Amino acid sequence: MRRRVAVALATMMSALVCVLGLGAGVAHAEGESIFGFLRNAKGGDLVPVEGAKITVKGPGVNETATTDDTGRWTVEVGKPGTYTVTIDQKSLPKGVTLRNPDADSLKVPVVESQDKPVLFALGKSTRVIQSKWAQAAQLSAEGLRFGLIIALAAVGLSLIFGTTGLTNFSHGELVTLGAIIAWWVSTGNLPLSLPGYGGVNFLVAAAITLAIMGLIGWANDARLWGPLRRRGTGLIAAMIVSIGLSLLLRYLLLYLFSGSSRAYPAYRGQKGVDIGPITLSPADYISMAIAIVVLMAVAYALLRTRLGKATRAVSDNPALASASGIDVDGVIRTVWIAGSMLAGLAGILLGIAQGINFQIGFQILLLMFAAVTLGGLGTAFGALVGSIVVGMFVTVSTLVIPAELKNVGALGILIIILLVRPQGILGRAERVG
Amino acid sequence: MNVERILINALEAGIGLETVVFALAAIGLNVHFGYTGLLNFGQSAFMAMAAYGIGTTVATFDLPLWLGVIFGLLAAVLLALLLGIPTLRLRADYLAIVTIAAAEIVRLTVRSVTFEETFGGSDGRQGFSNDFYSINPYPEGFYGVGRFGFSERPIWVLTVGWTLVALSCLFVFLLMRSPWGRVLKAIREDEDAVRSLGKNVYSYKMQSLVIGGVLGCLGGFILALGRSSIQPDIFGTETTFFAYTVLILGGAARVASPVVGAMIFWVVLSLTDNVLNEAIDAGYVSTSIINNTQVGQFRFMLVGLSLMLLMIFRPQGIFGDRREIALDAR
Repeated sequence: MRRRVAVALATMMSALVCVLGLGAGVAHAEGESIFGFLRNAKGGDLVPVEGAKITVKGPGVNETATTDDTGRWTVEVGKPGTYTVTIDQKSLPKGVTLRNPDADSLKVPVVESQDKPVLFALGKSTRVIQSKWAQAAQLSAEGLRFGLIIALAAVGLSLIFGTTGLTNFSHGELVTLGAIIAWWVSTGNLPLSLPGYGGVNFLVAAAITLAIMGLIGWANDARLWGPLRRRGTGLIAAMIVSIGLSLLLRYLLLYLFSGSSRAYPAYRGQKGVDIGPITLSPADYISMAIAIVVLMAVAYALLRTRLGKATRAVSDNPALASASGIDVDGVIRTVWIAGSMLAGLAGILLGIAQGINFQIGFQILLLMFAAVTLGGLGTAFGALVGSIVVGMFVTVSTLVIPAELKNVGALGILIIILLVRPQGILGRAERVG
Repeated sequence: MNVERILINALEAGIGLETVVFALAAIGLNVHFGYTGLLNFGQSAFMAMAAYGIGTTVATFDLPLWLGVIFGLLAAVLLALLLGIPTLRLRADYLAIVTIAAAEIVRLTVRSVTFEETFGGSDGRQGFSNDFYSINPYPEGFYGVGRFGFSERPIWVLTVGWTLVALSCLFVFLLMRSPWGRVLKAIREDEDAVRSLGKNVYSYKMQSLVIGGVLGCLGGFILALGRSSIQPDIFGTETTFFAYTVLILGGAARVASPVVGAMIFWVVLSLTDNVLNEAIDAGYVSTSIINNTQVGQFRFMLVGLSLMLLMIFRPQGIFGDRREIALDAR
């Protein structure tokens, strides 16, 4: 939708510039001047606007010009410099408005013996051609995409919490790692130079990334969290360790990846595809399909397979599970590997959706916590439901609140949920304190 | 390499503005985490309350500084109440998540364009500290020995800051010696036991949250006055975790440990920063490995790594007692 608007705007602009070009040929000012034509786009025609007041201010100049019956105005400025051109919006005739009411003042540089054309775009703002409902539909689709991505990451977070009790603050870095490793592998710009390696097809790179993420998950448990559990490290201590790990990894990634934002070349600037009022890129539709398939696979595994049942048993009561002959450490190891791969996948999809930087995972960490808490701490399905709710809420709320405050709304909801239903939507009502 | 300058910088960092700020923040956290076992991950929000309390009162509304200090303190108390009401009845990790979320809410709100007229957006607020420096008793000049020392403005901030640190330490010492303090420590050890003795655990936790928050917000005042400007991103989650590292380094549940922790923390960071920078400038380290802008990133990695290692191998820090640290969520 946004792209279509941009095309429409560009056509309009070029039409206006043509008109101005014509005007420039007619102008015979001596020395330097600033001029323009005010013409209102009305049903395809351009109607001149007469009597509008335009003020030019600059070094030694403070002059107001009025447009004539052809919509033309001119101010002789006399010497090169930078001038501020302001249109008096009150002087415009009834029914004529600036397309962008905030852009009533322009700074223009004028060079030697130039007749500088200045354009004020009139007419209805082309940005609000979408109805509220179309916007809501579009935002819901984007929200669903975002929610599914959060869900992929949050399921792992929730399972790790369920089986080990660890509130893993470094889970966001697993998401970032997925995004960044995929970028490294697919473009060939590795942090270590590997002679002769020039990158691979993106899908191959994504597969390699997931394998590496599995290894990272294994290493997380085998080298850090497993030994800590055996030492009997307390849950709060472990939580603080995960904060340290998060800081370490985040800034290590900043060091290796640099602070700039990048995109996967394969998915840069895809054309949007419309379905009803919704416009998303093909990569977005495929991302959503992949996320849904993977989440359904996880759900199936948890409900139907032996390993899944064992996982839920360990989540419920590790001691009892162990006494029933379940290999608790094996289950936890699997959860770590699967959780990291899911987080890595979430990172790749998030990277496709919004570009990659060293803290994309950290930026959604709190939303993941909100999702997990909302759904019920430690329940995998709760995390799923909570994620969709949080993703939708964050995105759709931009209809009414400024986009920069969308996360504030979601985190505020988290606090309110804890007040009224601390066990979350799907959590069992039990004493949690 | 200029060894003298590196050492002087490290010494100045040891008693400098950051040390005071983080000592105060960690003293507050000590009341929360060290004595009560509350996992407050939103200490930066309390500091932001103080800083923006004076920043907006003076710079936005043109009111006197003392009123800003009162507003800052009130805002910190209010924040503690708001955070405590939904979470203090819940398990420790809930408080952690809610406090970190609240800190982000505060930061995102004050840096937003929507409230730019009040809070100044991402540029923050400046020009609110004139009242403070106009009562500076130090005449213009340099105070110190040789090249080690401060000019009249920093020395005035440091005097006020260290006085606050000393008073806060004394306050915490007296509190924790009192019956009230013993109840707090009992809550940390076994909440249910305290409840069965007829104490209102919820109310005690709330009082602890308020007191620790107010002590932490003193750090926010000093930070704002010392820099004469505030930006929202100073109050990110990293600030809270720096304060935790300071506290755990010194040893939780000891009165003086936040102060010692802060001194060691900033001396070490100053040393690593300066040594690395000098080594890069002198060409000992190739800029292809690390350049001057990356030195700052190295600092965060170092803090992260030390937080991990401390918590794994020495959770009691330098002075603490392992049995007294709330390491397990109940």
